[in-house]
Amino acid sequence: MSTRLNDSILIRWLRGILTNKKALAGSFLVLSFIFIAFVGPFFTYDPNAFLDTPLSPPTFTHWFGTTGQGQDVLAQTISGARQTLLIGFCTGFFVVVIGALIGGISGYYGGRVDDILSMVINVFLVMPGLPLMVILASWLPPGPLTLMGVLVLTGWAWNARVIRSQMMALRGRDFVSAAIVSGERNIRIIVIEIMPRMLSLLASSFIGASIYAISAQVGLEFLGLGDVSTVTWGTNLYWASNDLALLTGSWWTFVPTGLSIAFVSFGLTMINFGIDEVTNPRLISERNWRKLLPKGKMNDGITPVVINHD
Amino acid sequence: MSKSINYLLRRLGFYAIAAWAALTLNFFIPRMMPGDPAAIIFARFRGKLKPEAMNALRETFGLTDEPLLGQYFTYLKNLLTGNLGISIAYFPQPVTDIISTALLWTIFLAGISLIISFSIGTLLGTLAAWKRGSKLDSILPPALAFFGAFPYFWLAMVALFVFGFGLGWFPLRHAYGEHVTPGLNFPFIIDAIYHAILPASTMILVSLGGWMLSMRNTMITTLGADYITFAHAKGLPSRMIMLKFAARNAILPNFTGFGMAIGFVLSGALLTEIIFSYPGQGYLLLEAVRAQDFPLMQGLFMTITLAVLGANWLVDIAILFLDPRTRR
Repeated sequence: MSTRLNDSILIRWLRGILTNKKALAGSFLVLSFIFIAFVGPFFTYDPNAFLDTPLSPPTFTHWFGTTGQGQDVLAQTISGARQTLLIGFCTGFFVVVIGALIGGISGYYGGRVDDILSMVINVFLVMPGLPLMVILASWLPPGPLTLMGVLVLTGWAWNARVIRSQMMALRGRDFVSAAIVSGERNIRIIVIEIMPRMLSLLASSFIGASIYAISAQVGLEFLGLGDVSTVTWGTNLYWASNDLALLTGSWWTFVPTGLSIAFVSFGLTMINFGIDEVTNPRLISERNWRKLLPKGKMNDGITPVVINHD
Repeated sequence: MSKSINYLLRRLGFYAIAAWAALTLNFFIPRMMPGDPAAIIFARFRGKLKPEAMNALRETFGLTDEPLLGQYFTYLKNLLTGNLGISIAYFPQPVTDIISTALLWTIFLAGISLIISFSIGTLLGTLAAWKRGSKLDSILPPALAFFGAFPYFWLAMVALFVFGFGLGWFPLRHAYGEHVTPGLNFPFIIDAIYHAILPASTMILVSLGGWMLSMRNTMITTLGADYITFAHAKGLPSRMIMLKFAARNAILPNFTGFGMAIGFVLSGALLTEIIFSYPGQGYLLLEAVRAQDFPLMQGLFMTITLAVLGANWLVDIAILFLDPRTRR
């Protein structure tokens, strides 16, 4: 019974997301970048090779111009997507897993466990991320693993906090009491019984964490804390500013990379908007209302009542 | 009244713990790294540093033959007396001296942009939630979300390129020109504001969408409350319901978010400063990274953390005034 219910909710969400314009457009953007990152490097110049006069503007042979090292900007932008997106999504995944584990345990057990864990969560939340990342990254050997570790350590707290409060809300439900009475182990209840019911929250947390990971990673690499010999979006910007792109007026060295970062983040944000519209009961009833009312009547602070489908 | 003091003291206690955690992290990170931190530093600077600089470095880290616990207490004592060690990049200037003027510039730039962006964003969010489905509500959030997707520093690069180099409307670098003398005089203040306009507006543009969206969402929830329906039924003027009934309550979660976001926005501000060669903490951070100046890096982490905690406490005081529940 319970699995069938879950399936139907899942299918309803999936259908909702597929028919949601924002989510669809966002998914299209993100998937096409992933596709290009995967396939593109086979069709471009070698991103590390010296090919032409440094800092030459876009031409037919080099569509996006060349960098200060005479490399092809298009090739660099496409190859840069690979590592940046890979690290971004992997970090997003680990951030959610750790956040779900710590937030879940904290919200489920409550009491003293919760006191201590939420203290830790809050301490990590108020600590400014970038300076901490800089200190960590400067001591560790540069490389993708260092980046990921640093990003996970500074990024997990926000998700843990969100998941903790959702866990506290679900903890009091009857199905949890039923599972406890039937003698299931606590960790099984958390992972198997409760977590699937916050799937949409976990999904949007994953997307939010990936956005964070991409932008923070680019920022760190821009400071020169990544491995500057690899080609990523962050190191592209690092070299652009090192080669005095601004002073020489060579806008083409930093515009393609920056736009790519923005499009991916924007696409991910749109998917999150879509998930919210599909799964947030208040937004669902708002939409149903809007269909019923004539155009232009949805204002002046009248808010639809939530119809609880549970 | 005693309840409010109790609340503020409780928060202060939390910040003390957070500060202690940051200090301790700062102490243990170099010591947890593979290998001996002293050996790492000395290997990196072999031949590049004078012997007295090496000794200063050794002293900064407390990398003496003392046991770990003893080193830890020496470190804490040094911090409490404001001794953050001596910088490598700016040898032999103490880190405290280098950081203190830079801190003022960062607080000025980041503080002003944060306040402006929060105020405008909250106002826009209020209006968008009030007039749902209007043009403001349907066009602005996606547009701002798009700007929010750019890295802070990249937008700063573009702004500098277009408005600085291209059009020449704004200065390209630094916080004030050479023709003014720093101090509380009129030309200096005007010049400082003029230099801050471009960096501040890029930061505002990136962060505006987040404030607007969170205010809109909490405002929509608030608008569903019974007391709003009651206020409508009583025939109170719309503007009064919007501002005094709905927005006044909806702003509380946004304010809590404000405290959380300070650290995040500051990180963006640091990178923006680098683009504009703005003489704040961010610019120093870059210098520190380039020169591998560990004492300076750690000093920056300390001061930035303390500044963020202090700002959070100010937010707590503001919430005390806004939310009567904390006073009860």
